Amino acid sequence: MEPSMRARTFVVLVEDRPGVLDRVASLFRRRAYNIESLAVGHTERPGVSHITIVMNADDRVARLVEANLYKLVDVLNVEDVSNVPSVTRDLALIKVRAGHERRAEVMQVGEVFRARVVDVSPDALIFEITGTEDKINRLVEVLRPFGILGLARTGRVAMAREQTPAEEFAHEGVV
Amino acid sequence: MMTRKTGAQILWDALEHQGVETVFGYPGGAILPVYDALLDSTIHHVLVRHEQGAAHMADGFGRASGRAGVAIATSGPGATNLVTGIATAMLDSSPCVFITGQVPSHVIGTDAFQETDITGVTLPITKHNFLVTKTEDIAQTIKKAFHIAEGGRPGPVLVDITKDAQQGECDYEWDDSPVELPSRTPRPTVSPEELDHAAEILNTAKRPLILAGRGVTLSGATGLLADFVEKTQIPVAMTLLGIGGFPASHPLNLGMMGMHGEAWVNQAIQNADVLLALGMRFDDRVVGDPKKFAPAARKIHLEIDPSEVNKIVQVEVALIGDLAGSLRALAPKVSCQDLAPWHGFIRDLKGDSAVRDIQQLPDSGHLYAAHVISDLWNLTEGNALVVTDVGQHQMWAAQYYKHDAPRKLITSGGLGTMGFALPAAIGAKVARPDEEVWVIVGDGGFQMTAAELSTCAQEGLKLNVAIINNGYLGMVRQWQEFFYDKRYAATPMRNPDFVKLAQAHGLLGLRVDKRAGIEEVVATARAAEGTTVIDFRVEKEDTVYPMVPPGNTIEAMIRRPESALEKKDDKALVKKD
Ligand SMILES: Cc1ncc(C[n+]2csc(CCOP(=O)(O)OP(=O)(O)O)c2C)c(N)n1
Repeated sequence: MEPSMRARTFVVLVEDRPGVLDRVASLFRRRAYNIESLAVGHTERPGVSHITIVMNADDRVARLVEANLYKLVDVLNVEDVSNVPSVTRDLALIKVRAGHERRAEVMQVGEVFRARVVDVSPDALIFEITGTEDKINRLVEVLRPFGILGLARTGRVAMAREQTPAEEFAHEGVV
Repeated sequence: MMTRKTGAQILWDALEHQGVETVFGYPGGAILPVYDALLDSTIHHVLVRHEQGAAHMADGFGRASGRAGVAIATSGPGATNLVTGIATAMLDSSPCVFITGQVPSHVIGTDAFQETDITGVTLPITKHNFLVTKTEDIAQTIKKAFHIAEGGRPGPVLVDITKDAQQGECDYEWDDSPVELPSRTPRPTVSPEELDHAAEILNTAKRPLILAGRGVTLSGATGLLADFVEKTQIPVAMTLLGIGGFPASHPLNLGMMGMHGEAWVNQAIQNADVLLALGMRFDDRVVGDPKKFAPAARKIHLEIDPSEVNKIVQVEVALIGDLAGSLRALAPKVSCQDLAPWHGFIRDLKGDSAVRDIQQLPDSGHLYAAHVISDLWNLTEGNALVVTDVGQHQMWAAQYYKHDAPRKLITSGGLGTMGFALPAAIGAKVARPDEEVWVIVGDGGFQMTAAELSTCAQEGLKLNVAIINNGYLGMVRQWQEFFYDKRYAATPMRNPDFVKLAQAHGLLGLRVDKRAGIEEVVATARAAEGTTVIDFRVEKEDTVYPMVPPGNTIEAMIRRPESALEKKDDKALVKKD
């Protein structure tokens, strides 16, 4: 294994058009890059979507991923935020078995992790938690003995802490 | 002035504005409105016999001219028939625009008759593709398609237009403003430090070598490269697609490298201390085992596409950007040095290789493909535009037909698509009608797209088709000979009478089975008005040498045995009718 192999997080701004996610996903599949996590959503700019991709790669492959992403006509900007101070968050909804007798106990665990209860039914409740992937993993482990009935995670979203210096862009697609 | 037009009319108008004079295509239901409007357009339409042919024609047009070739097909099977041609264009960076009809937008997704998600299918084999569902979007999309296909590193772009968008009407006026793509690719700039770094490597080199790829031709850098070589005296090795980027007759042009490259070229690469790679992508047919490729060489890569840098072979410095610009910036920083010892070293390697050259062997009275191609080169004074298919004949064409000018060898390198030659040659001839075009094709590959002879006849095009007929899928047979114990599974071929096939198309067909007969048939073909097919009955079990077994270091070459011809003489030769 290459010494520089580690998790990389790319923040990719794309035009919000049908099929764009397909193009990005197809690129990763075709080049045999393995996606660990992928999250898509809108940005502050109308018509621009935000894709966060996490993958394991060494330095060489990380550069190739970036270069290949830029070849997609719908890709506006690619940032490898693994190299800059950045914030990464995951969101999870966790449905836990919590009958009358154990509900208080379950809720206490949630509180420790600052998870919010967003739904309660006679036998179960649903937590919402945001945080680093690690924090969510730990909550899941602690809740597991109670009985997890459902788990839905968004995948990681990321953002660089500081405004990255404006690079020189050309409107001519070079490749 | 704004006028009311249908989408189909707008499409033709947009193509005219892009300077298109000829398109290659095949009609069908979902593209019928476009075909109806064709009658009112100035554009000439070449009716092909299979959409794959149209795709290769557009590709051949693109390679011959540098401008995007255009192919048109209907939805569903028409569109999927283009796929092999699109993939071929993609891997060889050929500018093409493919236009397909699509089922009406309101039935998309319902598995309507002849509905295929062709933008989905071609996503990984196009530079970009578009689905157009609105009449108003057609003109702008066509403009973008040409811009993307021809710009930067060229490639195929597909535009899928729904039938209702073709039929709809809108107010229209051609918009001449330059294309603005919202995508913002960082402009690759070559920094002064990178230039100095590259120059420092070159200026201290004792055994430098240039590896010239297709990028030299694509960026119009052939003149710059010639000047650069004149100044630096660095010898040049070419990839298959790099042929023509530097004159074959130049004493510093060593020839082709790679799997069937000249032995001395591969040896020179392995002995080089510096490699200057120009617009090439270190394909596995070029480098063999990348871990053992030129291990002692410091490597410099001039390349427009950043995703090609460090993909296969790690380089010390990369100058990313248009090759011509990078080379122009680099040249003044590189100073001449005495490379005489290195030239001498290569000359000695060449001497050793030359004695094994088939041309040095006595003419035994039998027909050898290498002789056919070498004689063809002599008889046409090296001036023909040669289009090859894929297989042994392709490698012999690369070895023995020597080109001094760019865009004179058209061949499917990256995808290795059999059936490419004849249709690609039609496209090339349409792009450059004044060229003498020779198709060099195997008996196998010829039969994959032979129906396009009919297109030649209908269009009254003048091609010369040299079928190198060995009765085998020759290149596969060669692999079976070397690597599968001569177990010739599914490679012997029973062929039709190619002379009669030509005649059935109203074309001239000729046959020859002796070297002495080559001159006459070539002269007859050249003098003939229409497309002429020559059936060259060559030695059946001939072998392309040298050969680097796949995955090996390029030094590990299987060489032609010293007395190859004498041994082969005993074998049954070409069967006569
Ligand atoms: C479409 C396609 N199918 C299969 C192959 C695999 N292939 C490579 S070379 C070759 C044999 C070509 O035989 P022929 O056209 O007779 O030419 P020769 O090698 O004899 O010169 C084959 C089958 C290919 N390159 N393309």
